[in-house]
Amino acid sequence: MAIWLTKDSKVIVQGMTGSEGSKHTRRMLAAGTNVVGGVNPRKAGTTVDFDGTELPVFASVADAMKDTGADVTVIFVPPQFTKGAVIEAIDAEIPLAVVITEGVPVHDTAAFWAYNVAKGERTRIIGPNCPGIASPGSSNAGIIPADITGSGRIGLVSKSGTLTYQMMYELRDIGFSTCVGIGGDPIIGTTHIDALAAFEADPDTDAIVMIGEIGGDAEERAAEFIKANVSKPVVGYIAGFTAPPGKTMGHAGAIISGSAGTADAKKAALEAVGVKVGKTPTETAKLMREIMSAG
Amino acid sequence: MDLYEYQGRDLFERHGLPVLAGGVATTPEEARAIAERLGGRVVVKAQVKVGGRGKAGGVKLAEGAEETVARATDILGMDIKGHTVHKVMITVTADVAEEYYFSYLLDRANRTFLCIASVAGGMDIEQVAAETPEKVVKAPIDAVKGVDEAKAREIVDAANFPAEVADQVVEVAVGLWQAFVAEDATLVEVNPLAKTAEGKLLLLDAKVSLDENAGFRHPDHEALVDQATVDPLEQAAKEKDLNYVKLDGEVGIIGNGAGLVMSTLDVVAYAGERHGNVKPANFLDIGGGASAAVMANGLEIVLSDPSVKSVFVNVFGGITACDAVANGIVQALELLEQRGEQVTKPLVVRLDGNNAEAGRAILDGANNPLIERVDTMDGAAERAAELAAAGV
Repeated sequence: MAIWLTKDSKVIVQGMTGSEGSKHTRRMLAAGTNVVGGVNPRKAGTTVDFDGTELPVFASVADAMKDTGADVTVIFVPPQFTKGAVIEAIDAEIPLAVVITEGVPVHDTAAFWAYNVAKGERTRIIGPNCPGIASPGSSNAGIIPADITGSGRIGLVSKSGTLTYQMMYELRDIGFSTCVGIGGDPIIGTTHIDALAAFEADPDTDAIVMIGEIGGDAEERAAEFIKANVSKPVVGYIAGFTAPPGKTMGHAGAIISGSAGTADAKKAALEAVGVKVGKTPTETAKLMREIMSAG
Repeated sequence: MDLYEYQGRDLFERHGLPVLAGGVATTPEEARAIAERLGGRVVVKAQVKVGGRGKAGGVKLAEGAEETVARATDILGMDIKGHTVHKVMITVTADVAEEYYFSYLLDRANRTFLCIASVAGGMDIEQVAAETPEKVVKAPIDAVKGVDEAKAREIVDAANFPAEVADQVVEVAVGLWQAFVAEDATLVEVNPLAKTAEGKLLLLDAKVSLDENAGFRHPDHEALVDQATVDPLEQAAKEKDLNYVKLDGEVGIIGNGAGLVMSTLDVVAYAGERHGNVKPANFLDIGGGASAAVMANGLEIVLSDPSVKSVFVNVFGGITACDAVANGIVQALELLEQRGEQVTKPLVVRLDGNNAEAGRAILDGANNPLIERVDTMDGAAERAAELAAAGV
């Protein structure tokens, strides 16, 4: 088992016919993901061949769901069209929407999030600006490389794509139940807390790695949540101790504003609730290794 | 992107909000022209993106054109907390009776927007919130519903604005929200929002931040960037579509992915503590597909920074294959040589992940004495710091 994405998940791709969408649809299929179709109103009714797998293109998410029983959508459309694509997915009440697109205006994200809340949050949104979610050996929805590691009992939640890959690689011999890249934007659909709660409830996850970075106070709030709700061991890593205030470090959300959002404050908050925080990714992996071998 | 006060004032004015008449000057002569146009008493304000201008002597009153020229001459070129004043804003004055506070901002924690309003304005709102929290209203705004008249009145009532200005505050609250949305702002802060002796409401200061991700629907926002204060290396990187931030150290950093690069800065700084206290010289994320051309552009920018003594290339091949990255590095050095650049600074390269073995073999095969391969992130950071310390 895993959280949110399993071998039974049926995945569609919004933007499957675009260059990024088709590249990653091919990779998802190669990773064993059950991709069942794509959405593009202008190409509805056609099919696309992915190395021998013919995937149908539908006019809308609702049509794709009706025809295929899809329960996950991965969104690769350009930033200008992302809000519309997510709202379409929410209207169709698809259970999981993974928004890979980078560069979405924050007003658009705030708007589709508010829309989702008003509709009763029937859709879990991961992202935007994220690498997606992978349950190694079962399914892969997004752009996380499938061959870094296999299935295991560590859960991973991270704001950063490449740090996710690095951590999966460091602990590749132990393996992961699910790895969730929640994204580095100021507003995101799924938070550290959502993932922590799901991992806590997942019988196939024994311990959790949580990767954060400068900006906002998501890590501090996650620390409070851990104190009250998480019994499984959690190891943390925070990037950006040496980042200067007022500068955006690559991710739109990675900015220290005044004295808020520093790595030191996040580390202190996590350590105060008993989370071991590694100084480097390698040291963090070592802390997790110790926990898993103590079993 | 944070705007200057005068840019914020202009933006408010364009959206029909009540601001003081004024203009911006980069020379005393321009200041004279504005003073003559405005007539009478004016205020001359240094335009810097840092607080505490008044205390630093960056805000002065002037009577008539001659005095305005004198004050502008004083203030232009002044240093305020490390920021050189290149522009002054000149406005007419207002007879202020009361000062309030009003802002809209992004509320990351609640995944929405927030309105903060207070009748105690003109001072640091965080201080007001700490000392007299009952005077500060924080109202979440639904991003879909926004702020209509009813919502604005709710905020105005909750914040206890005096009855005689309530209608005007409602109007400003609605107009400011419309500007906030129309411009894709992440912050609009008015402190003070002033009531004049005549009972008229005025937005006397403007702190505005705009969302750079929304640039595609605001081609006009690009012109708001102050080229004079942009670091030349950052500018050169931007022209090549590279995500680069200049820092004050000696170890040049190139990596893929924002999180990994941030982490690389940290690991290098820790290693630097053991090697002459060297620090990372920059943040540079070359992103997913690191082609030879992208790597060459990145290396060129990093190597053109005179304070760089060594370079650490830290790549985890996820989708990117490490053999492509290795070829990129080797070809980049050749490319730079062809461009006539003398590369003398050592490169420490760490490749891991997708096709790492092939990538490492390519680096070894290149037989370039400047390239040193270290296969762990921590080890490579240590070596890069050591080389930078030796080169300082």
